[in-house]
Amino acid sequence: MIQRLLLLLFLIVFAVSETADAAVKTIVLDGSTTVGPVAKSFAIYFTKKYGVRVTVSESGSGNGAKSLINSSCTIATMSRAMKEAEIAAARKKGVNPVAHVIAFDGLAMVIHPANPVRSLSISQIRSIYQGTIRNWKEVGGANARIVVIQRESNSGTQESFKELVTGKRMRITGNSETQSSNGAVKNRVSTTLSSIGFLSLGFVDSSVKVIAVNGVVPNEKTVKNGAYKVTRPLYLYTNGQPSGLVKQFIDLPNTPEGKGMITELGLVSR
Amino acid sequence: MTGESEGERNRSNAFVVSARKRTLQKVAKTTGEGMLFSVAFFVAVVVLFIFYFVARDAIPFFQIRGFSEFFTSTNWYPADEPGEFGALAIIYGSLMVTLGSAMIAVPMGVAAAICLSDILPFSIRQYAKPVIEMLAAIPSVAFGFFALVVLAPLMQDHGGPLLMWAWWILVSPFLLLSVIVISDLLTANIKDEKRREKRHWMWLIVLGFFSIFLLFKVGAVLNGIQILTGTNALNVSIILSFMALPTIVSVSEDALQAVGRDIREGSYALGATRAETIIKTILPAASSGILAAVILGIMRALGETMVVWMASGNSSHIPEPWFNYLEAIRTLTATIAGDMGEADQVTGSARFHVLFAMGLLLLIISFISNLVSERIVVRQRKILSGQ
Repeated sequence: MIQRLLLLLFLIVFAVSETADAAVKTIVLDGSTTVGPVAKSFAIYFTKKYGVRVTVSESGSGNGAKSLINSSCTIATMSRAMKEAEIAAARKKGVNPVAHVIAFDGLAMVIHPANPVRSLSISQIRSIYQGTIRNWKEVGGANARIVVIQRESNSGTQESFKELVTGKRMRITGNSETQSSNGAVKNRVSTTLSSIGFLSLGFVDSSVKVIAVNGVVPNEKTVKNGAYKVTRPLYLYTNGQPSGLVKQFIDLPNTPEGKGMITELGLVSR
Repeated sequence: MTGESEGERNRSNAFVVSARKRTLQKVAKTTGEGMLFSVAFFVAVVVLFIFYFVARDAIPFFQIRGFSEFFTSTNWYPADEPGEFGALAIIYGSLMVTLGSAMIAVPMGVAAAICLSDILPFSIRQYAKPVIEMLAAIPSVAFGFFALVVLAPLMQDHGGPLLMWAWWILVSPFLLLSVIVISDLLTANIKDEKRREKRHWMWLIVLGFFSIFLLFKVGAVLNGIQILTGTNALNVSIILSFMALPTIVSVSEDALQAVGRDIREGSYALGATRAETIIKTILPAASSGILAAVILGIMRALGETMVVWMASGNSSHIPEPWFNYLEAIRTLTATIAGDMGEADQVTGSARFHVLFAMGLLLLIISFISNLVSERIVVRQRKILSGQ
């Protein structure tokens, strides 16, 4: 019994000292599910190279911004720029968010592989999400109602999609389904014959079919040279200009290793 | 002193409580009672505090936006500038899946409870009940994953045939039973035995043909349905009904058991068959307990979040037509879970408070239901104890 108690005590002391130590040597990342995979491979690389613990949470860009404002993370990963309101809220709490673009990402419009449609124009996509085009046959597909899939409101991908395709003011139809991550959208689209959704280019694989937007298929080249219109930067946000280890972490995307990791994950390095 | 008095002292020492011992006992008694009281008090206070804190953050929403938009509009655009907070479609979605799951879980649950308490032998019941209660131990996210990854694609790929088989399997025993019962009832008044027999057969054949026609016709209609999206109200209703089942089975089985052996044997002694005993004696006696079980099960379905968030499609609109269970819907719980992420005091007040308004609505519904089921159980106890 006493031995057990001692062991418990030891564990508690160990845990406390560990966390006290961690305050100095841990980098905490929180935010976008789009940036998540990149952040994770950076984290593994960084831990191996410098022996620093890096934790990555994926709770949506909005949550990342919130975490940075509440100082519960070191770096916020975001797939959209911070909003005015968020920056104002951060300033009020004495946090000064600084943006660092780490990569570019194309928003791929994806459909079920068995769907014959190959290309849509931006205005067609807008009408689909607005609810004015409701059947695939109106855009050259089979006679089936379109199952529209969007992301939930704290998603940076959703914000970018609205900004780049439908326009900020437009209301996405209430008939559309809402999924909570890139992975969930991919899952739904890959299993639902008449669905359409949007994904970060990094999440695209053979289970879904990427369609051309305005005749341009998204890939590394078209995203980099700007031919693919639905392209956005991905950000890391820090509180003030970073220094020391955090700066080294932020600079990773500029190193050849960092660029390699970004390309490997299907995103486009700067 | 004499030996007698010494003996008396020895004897009484065991019973006489010294002043010190008495105070100790008193202290122990008060601390014990105090601890129990404070634990009970704490639980009650927690409930009150939950009410207080949810209401405190919900009321500002109604102050900002008023009542009518929340309850009458179906436009749910909390993230837009300016936002719209019409929750009618979401409230409707919640009610829809709750009703749907009740329609599946209540008949199944009550039937299972009757089977457990009155039909299965004791040795089997001993194992069957814990197995059913095991359903309650499965985490809801596992149910949700199953709904999203297995049930949703299954519905999309084989929706029509699945519906048809479900219709056949579920409805044919009921039809068979009702054909027999109805033809029995229709001929019960005929005195002449031969004529009754003849009439009975005639009704059996007529009703039998009619029900087979019904089975095939509706089955063919269902077979032709193509389910566009597998994350829909039906999917959620099915999964929620499985989550509500253990509660319904367990509580109504207890109610059926509470009816007692004397009443059952009294019924048998009067010449009733087992079916008559169950339908005419036991079920009415246990009805309020079963009703309480049903309410508890429904509350489980109404409050469930994870499954709904994963498998309902989260589409804030009222299906067309309104009873279409094959369309995606959105519920109160899933909206709170999904919109909590970005809604914050810092980034938008109505958007934050509207979630608490939804929470308050759920809290009020479950509070009323609990109160009702509590009253029903109390009433049943009174009836059974003969007061």
